Amino acid sequence: MIRRHGPWTRITHWLWAVCLFFLLLSGLQIFDAHPALYLGQQSGMAQGFDNAVLRIGTEGGQGAAPLRGVTQVFGHDLDTTGVLGLSGPKDARQPRAFPGWATIPSGQDLATGRVVHFFFAWALVGTLAVWAVASGLNGHLRRDILPGRRDLRGLGADIRAHLGGPLPHGRRYSPLQKLAYFIVLAGLFPLMILTGLTMSPGMDAAWPWLLDLFGGRQTARSLHFLGMALIVAFFVVHIVMVLAAGPLNEMRSILTGRYRIRSQPDATEEE
Amino acid sequence: MNRRTLLRLGAGTLATLPLAGCKTFDFLSTPDDPARGVLMSANRLTEEVQSLLQGRDALARTYTEADIRQPMRPNGSTHPQAADYIALRKGGFAEYRLTLGGAVSTPLSLSLADLRQMPQQTQITRHDCVEGWSCIAKWQGVRLSHLLDQAGVKPSARYAVFHCFDALTTGLSGPQYYYESIDLRSARHPQTILAWSMNGAPLPVANGAPLRLRVERQLGYKMAKYVKSITLVPDLAGIRGGKGGYWEDRGYEWYAGV
Repeated sequence: MIRRHGPWTRITHWLWAVCLFFLLLSGLQIFDAHPALYLGQQSGMAQGFDNAVLRIGTEGGQGAAPLRGVTQVFGHDLDTTGVLGLSGPKDARQPRAFPGWATIPSGQDLATGRVVHFFFAWALVGTLAVWAVASGLNGHLRRDILPGRRDLRGLGADIRAHLGGPLPHGRRYSPLQKLAYFIVLAGLFPLMILTGLTMSPGMDAAWPWLLDLFGGRQTARSLHFLGMALIVAFFVVHIVMVLAAGPLNEMRSILTGRYRIRSQPDATEEE
Repeated sequence: MNRRTLLRLGAGTLATLPLAGCKTFDFLSTPDDPARGVLMSANRLTEEVQSLLQGRDALARTYTEADIRQPMRPNGSTHPQAADYIALRKGGFAEYRLTLGGAVSTPLSLSLADLRQMPQQTQITRHDCVEGWSCIAKWQGVRLSHLLDQAGVKPSARYAVFHCFDALTTGLSGPQYYYESIDLRSARHPQTILAWSMNGAPLPVANGAPLRLRVERQLGYKMAKYVKSITLVPDLAGIRGGKGGYWEDRGYEWYAGV
């Protein structure tokens, strides 16, 4: 049994869990107010000017053609009836981009979605700041997050190990683990914060470089959506890995800090 | 318990989580809910931080003629039904008078011709709707600060309130006319204009004829269309729903810089 996670790592972990939960569901609520994504400064909504990369809506409904949910990605139509575009019970389908079970509040309510989103956006920024300072001071950042040369060298072996079945419960984070957390914390979180700010006309006046950095407000909005999808993907992998590694041990370590490792401490321990 | 059982248990728990549904948080839609009040306080923080980062006169991005690639998308009211508006519209807005009053030394009453004779400002800017879309258009009109200087703003004034001809809904007390408010910092911003022209032509009815507000550092709902009168006030509490605007009274944030 070792002490795996420091108190700040554990506290910020759960703050993030709460923030991301509310940010995701309120974000989908906001998206539903105009369920289309574009590239550039503005949204092409007129004849002859279409710069949309994603559109979620409904089609049909007249005559014999039944109403169906359609998701258009880069011009390709996908039938997503039941989930995207048209959802709800079979006999009472509702036209809605993301369904009610995926949004806060469950009904269409942009105002409340925004109130929730911006509160938890501030909370996320605060958590990130606390985490960065604490992790810098207690060594978590250097030890567990920043991938070093040794991690990059061990990456191939680690990928093979992950594909190959049961993983050793080492004292240290594995190279893939480090890389995953590094990408989320140093890549995706800053991307989400900056693209979020680029959607704000007030911030675009204060920091005009935001618009140039992302190639326009609408591109920033699309990147914000893409970043969301990547964070959701990270979450899914994160949960799968927790389940694969033994959920009780993992859960204990992120609640109390105590973590059981197999046999001897990591043989490759250096420091 | 082996790993397979655990996996199955964990997956089962996770699968039911979303089904518990987000109706759980629907209470946040209630206007007076205390939790909503707490969440909404973040809007003040956003306003303070943005105004600090902006300084007073930081400008919104301006674009070129080539960036005007589509007609300005009309939103909200597009065809006001009030009798006084219809009469003005039928007369080509020749009888229209913008009044500016409240906490000023000299109330103003201005025709469109008066406004056109004042110093003009043209700007090609991006209109950001609260829904998420953006549209670039060219706006011409008179700086609001010019009118404020002519009227002489009294020290007690803190907000400019815009009363409009259009009503999006009708309540028990009759039509719910659109209104909006901005603070004097926004009112005096160099890009804040009352526009009577859009993309080189008189403002169309769908876009707010005869006169609309442009507040370029905030979202579209602050930019009242069909402006009838402007009142300078010390606070917003006594006006209509008390939140400072039609949409604010319906749950939207007063500060719309985000």
